[in-house]
Amino acid sequence: MLKYIFKRLVYILIALWVIVTATFFLMQLAPGSPFASERSFPPQIEAQLNAKYGLDNPWYVQYKDYLIDTVTFDFGESMKYKGRSTNDMIAESFPISLTLGIEAMILAIGFGILFGVISALYHNKFPDYLASTLAVLGISVPSFILAGLMQYFLAFKLGMFPVSGWKGFAYSILPAFAIAITHAGFIAKLTRSSMLEQSNSDYVKMARAKGLGKWTTVFKHTLRNALLPVVTYLGPLTAGVVTGSFIIEQIFAIPGLGKHFVTSITNRDYTVIMGTTVFYSIILLFAVLIVDILYSVIDPRIKLRGAKK
Amino acid sequence: MKKNNFLLLSLLLALSVVLAACNFGGSKEDSGSTSTDGTSSKELNLVLTSEPPSLHPQLATDSASNAILQNVFEGLTTVKDGEVVKAMAEDIQVSEDNLTYTFTLRDAKWSNGDTVTAQDFEYAWKFALNPASASEYASILYPIKGAQSYNEGEGAVEDVAIKVVDEKTLEVTLENPTPYFLELTAFKTYYPIHSKTAEANANWAADAGDNYITNGPFTLADWQHSGSITLEKNETYWDAANVALNKVNISMVENEATAATMFDAGEIDFLGAPYQTVGLDVINRYKEEGILNIQDYAAIYVYKFNTTGEFTKNANIRKALTLAIDRQGLIDNITKGEQTPALGMVPKAIKGFEEDRGYFKDNDLEEAKKALAAGMQELGITDPSQIQINLSINTSEAHAAIAQFVQEGWHKNLGIDVTIDNSEWQVYLDKVSNLDYDVARMGWIADYNDAYTFLEQYDSAKNGNNDTGWEHPEYASLLKQSITETDADARIELLKQAEAVAMSEFPIAPVYYYTNLFVKKDYVENMAPDSLGNVQLKYVDINK
Repeated sequence: MLKYIFKRLVYILIALWVIVTATFFLMQLAPGSPFASERSFPPQIEAQLNAKYGLDNPWYVQYKDYLIDTVTFDFGESMKYKGRSTNDMIAESFPISLTLGIEAMILAIGFGILFGVISALYHNKFPDYLASTLAVLGISVPSFILAGLMQYFLAFKLGMFPVSGWKGFAYSILPAFAIAITHAGFIAKLTRSSMLEQSNSDYVKMARAKGLGKWTTVFKHTLRNALLPVVTYLGPLTAGVVTGSFIIEQIFAIPGLGKHFVTSITNRDYTVIMGTTVFYSIILLFAVLIVDILYSVIDPRIKLRGAKK
Repeated sequence: MKKNNFLLLSLLLALSVVLAACNFGGSKEDSGSTSTDGTSSKELNLVLTSEPPSLHPQLATDSASNAILQNVFEGLTTVKDGEVVKAMAEDIQVSEDNLTYTFTLRDAKWSNGDTVTAQDFEYAWKFALNPASASEYASILYPIKGAQSYNEGEGAVEDVAIKVVDEKTLEVTLENPTPYFLELTAFKTYYPIHSKTAEANANWAADAGDNYITNGPFTLADWQHSGSITLEKNETYWDAANVALNKVNISMVENEATAATMFDAGEIDFLGAPYQTVGLDVINRYKEEGILNIQDYAAIYVYKFNTTGEFTKNANIRKALTLAIDRQGLIDNITKGEQTPALGMVPKAIKGFEEDRGYFKDNDLEEAKKALAAGMQELGITDPSQIQINLSINTSEAHAAIAQFVQEGWHKNLGIDVTIDNSEWQVYLDKVSNLDYDVARMGWIADYNDAYTFLEQYDSAKNGNNDTGWEHPEYASLLKQSITETDADARIELLKQAEAVAMSEFPIAPVYYYTNLFVKKDYVENMAPDSLGNVQLKYVDINK
């Protein structure tokens, strides 16, 4: 097991290096400068700015600097937000996105599995149709439309929630739902199909024949096996959700990390692009690793390569 | 055994949620701002479109930063109702040749109790001019003698003619008599900064707190990055008795529709630039409700022509394109903000330019066709469809809609072939300044209320803001004369003549003069943007 994890950590480092390198060269290739401004300033000032951020160095020096930044996890000052370090920006906004993301994940997993189980149990009956319809709606209605509708009706018309901002738990309910619903739909569909597959297997029939109740069978036997595909999906999903959603953050005015991924690119804010990319990659790679480890916890039949028992 | 693992896992999950939930405490709970007991507290709630990139007066460049800065700092002068009034300066003496300004400071205090001194101004201005500071707006200090050469790394700091006579007296010598110099001293780059703090900590402006010392009507009480900003009344401000508001809560809301919903729900008291904008989809509704206010704005939307381009190098072709824009139709159907069709280069919100100068008529198709025919003859073209124009815009729904309307007009009325190409902002700016375009949209907002800010950029092809490749000796000499002309009316006359020269060769096609739209709650008093788009919260009052 330890050997396996160590091996995976080495892979993660290699993957990070590839990502950093690819990001660096894509940034170099992209046209546009971080200091281009509507109101021009003398070339001397631009030279000063370039020197301040090391952009006047040849590419290999910049590349080396970026690699060192990544290793020390210090990406330097943002080029757009004067005097603000990239690390501070991530440190301030990530906890917000994380809170919202965890809330959304709990909702998505809870509702997703519940709906999936219901439709599988009542296969081709009314609850199945209802749950499936809701799931398909959840998947196909884009989150920004849902967010807008909820904001207009629940927050503005009914006054049940604040319209936007981030000042307490009440502010997080609508955005968490807006993020969760699409994912809940996916999880419901995944759960449903693998539940159906399991329901016809011998061990389920056996359990039912023994006289176990419908729901007891589900929770004691079927669900455990049916969740494998869901867990696979959960890894990258978690990484994506906890790092924030650009659109939801924009609509509900949440000062999260999600917007930095997008705006740093349009601003050509090189230091922030690098910082957010590396940060996201680390979370994603570790999420995938955790999922792989979880497999063996959920299904003891799965052996991790390199693991010895 | 395995079941326990699940239990453990879910416990862990629950724990992390509780831990994470503590984070809500990070942004302060403002119970006063939303509850109903706000009758006596005089709090104003606003939204800003984005996080201010910098709250350092000498480094800030954008309108979001400006919206905060102008309420926490104060310059030597300030602009009230379009007139320059004395602010930090108690007395201003101008020498006879209009070259030397002597400012006597009033007895004003910084928010930490220190006295505002002439050294603070000297420090701030020289900081902006220091090439190492890389201040993008330093050029606005160039009227000061020696400023430009110091900023461009040629001159020495000793030669910059900013002289501290004593603690309360600042003497500034200008390169040329600059009639609008007292407008400039109201601008953010000219604000003083607390020199001791700034010397001790170069990053003093990155956060609210003890280092962020201000001399304006408000202090920066709290700054949650990308989240919210809280201003509180500055008790040490010299005119604190006339500041009505106790507190201003500003959240950052990027989405226009969200901001409008917040206004409808009563979460904010004012909506309109610079505090977010009234979105296109709510303009009509607010108009019907009778609460929409429309103000002239000293800003212009133009199409620039690349005067070195294959077809646009011909002045007659440029004239034809300029005349064949149906500006009124565009405003009525597309932009909808009651803008004014621009038939000159200087908006009517600028002093002396209120009336149309009559250079051309809006949508004058007859003249446009004549000019097109003349232009085609000069270029040796027989069929207008041989003319291919690339209309460049930066990616945005609004610019795209305007471009499509203009494209349709040019194609239908002149028969020329127009394609639209869009690129991201940072790429677009590079393209335009490298003259890699035929026709390109650009906006220009006045820094100070004077026509010079609109005309100066075309004085030579080398000017970094020109971007058209156009220059004209007569235009340049008229502008040069205007700098030294001390009689106000004669000066405006010179600027108008210069404008006429440009409007005979059309380096740009003016499209419209901007307006500022805003809505406010009934209980908000004295709150409206001036012609430069500034809102001074100092004068705002709330009467619930």
